[in-house]
Amino acid sequence: MIKKRFVLNFPPESGDKPLSYHLVKDYDIRINILKAEVYPGKRGSLLLELQGKKENIEKGVKYLTEQQIICEPLDKRIHFQEDQCIDCGNCTAVCFAGALTMNKNTWKLEFDKNKCVVCELCIPACPLHLFEIDFR
Amino acid sequence: MTKTKTYEEINRKLKEGKAVVLTAEEVAEMAKKASPAEIAEKVDIVTTATFGAMCSSGAIINFGHADPPIRMEKIKLNGVPCYEGLAAVDSYIGATACDPDNQAYGGAHVIQDLLEGKDVVLEAWAKGTDCYPRKHILTKININTINEFTLFNPRNAYQNYNVAVNTTNKIIHTYMGTLLPNMRNATYSTSGELSPLLNDPELRTIGIGTRIFLGGTQGFVVWPGTQFNTTRPKNEFDVPVTNAATIAVIGNLKEMSTNYLRAVYYEKYGVSMFIGIGIPIPILDEDMARRVSVNNNQIETSVLDYGSPGMPRLDQVTYKELQSGYIKVKGKKIRTAPVSSLAKARKIADELKEWLMDGKFEVTKPVHLFPKNTTLNSLKETEAEND
Ligand code: SF4
Ligand code: SF4
Repeated sequence: MIKKRFVLNFPPESGDKPLSYHLVKDYDIRINILKAEVYPGKRGSLLLELQGKKENIEKGVKYLTEQQIICEPLDKRIHFQEDQCIDCGNCTAVCFAGALTMNKNTWKLEFDKNKCVVCELCIPACPLHLFEIDFR
Repeated sequence: MTKTKTYEEINRKLKEGKAVVLTAEEVAEMAKKASPAEIAEKVDIVTTATFGAMCSSGAIINFGHADPPIRMEKIKLNGVPCYEGLAAVDSYIGATACDPDNQAYGGAHVIQDLLEGKDVVLEAWAKGTDCYPRKHILTKININTINEFTLFNPRNAYQNYNVAVNTTNKIIHTYMGTLLPNMRNATYSTSGELSPLLNDPELRTIGIGTRIFLGGTQGFVVWPGTQFNTTRPKNEFDVPVTNAATIAVIGNLKEMSTNYLRAVYYEKYGVSMFIGIGIPIPILDEDMARRVSVNNNQIETSVLDYGSPGMPRLDQVTYKELQSGYIKVKGKKIRTAPVSSLAKARKIADELKEWLMDGKFEVTKPVHLFPKNTTLNSLKETEAEND
């Protein structure tokens, strides 16, 4: 069993398909919707946590892609210029998901992208502007 | 009192490679088992450091004279206004200065760009005089074309600083970072037991002329910093429990590195600059040994509500609690986050220690000590007319 977060971007015409039904029923994947944004008549974006057997998740992702849905692992959508980071800690003040934390021994920033809920608060909170998240 | 050491003795030991140099964190650890008398006996120098946003910073620049020459009366560097009231081609660029149309790029960024060797656009205007006929100049400068490039910071390295929380129901954006509503986070900014002025609270060894680590090279303390205040309330360990003393510092920017100087922009607040400062503290006697032994359990600071007018003081906490990740304010458990870099401060303390041990650096006796019993004025408004 693995747990992994994905960003889904779907075109307007795919809005009415029972996608989650298929993921659950056909691939035995547990779904947790962490964030959803829908722009009526245009497009929508979802942040999903998928839990299941590795090969089933792969198949599920393939199924979604066949439905004209862009489905990418969340960590591919988070761009963090780590080499510029000064370990100031400002971003950890706003990250309630626990994705951004300070290591209590080294006091260096640690980033567990798989805990991110795309609240986007870290983007303005970093005084060096090192985060970009591609959600929409 | 046990024996005392002089600056000369300590520097001689450094030269002979016999001096014992520890960081303030190492000595705080040592003090768990050793008495101040033993520490005074064994340790010669303790290195302290901080790497945080210090808004009252900036650079003195001399552009050199053009042909025909200009007496610059309005100056911009990459669109950022610089001070024009210093002779013909001298200027001062403040870290927080910015072009009102581009709030995210300011003086600190210009300094960083120059430091990185980038070209910066200089534009200046003048009325034209007999000896400086020119009225306008538009050109590019870089770190090699300018003459002096001197970091001069009127207020750095605060001795302690408060913790920020926000009791209102709206998110606020401050120089202490993003403060979430209803006290859902708390931010703090000094490096605690590693912080320079907390290790010499009476400023016995830090004064005018003290040689320090500044931005990756050697710099000097030149004056008490602005808002220098020695009469803040202190706790039982002689530590002021809020922001108190400060230092003004100077150093050659041409020798500095962006590893220890960094321009930043705080959302809806403005530009500032992270400055790396390290100060070596000579252990002259048992009293100094006791001072540098101070640890995060003994250093306390005030929690202020940045959301309410006048920033009311809500509570007092220790750095041990702050660094644990949670504090309790008025009974409520709040998550904490630093806004200055302890990892970088440690790096500076280690680097300074190396410089000392390699004989590249020595301790300097202040040529003059800072004043005592200073207090602060606030700006009282009286009736005034503009004509
Ligand atoms: S967007 Fe940033 S602050 Fe929000 S959960 Fe993700 S990493 Fe944390
Ligand atoms: S706020 Fe930016 S610079 Fe500071 S620790 Fe986070 S990512 Fe690094």
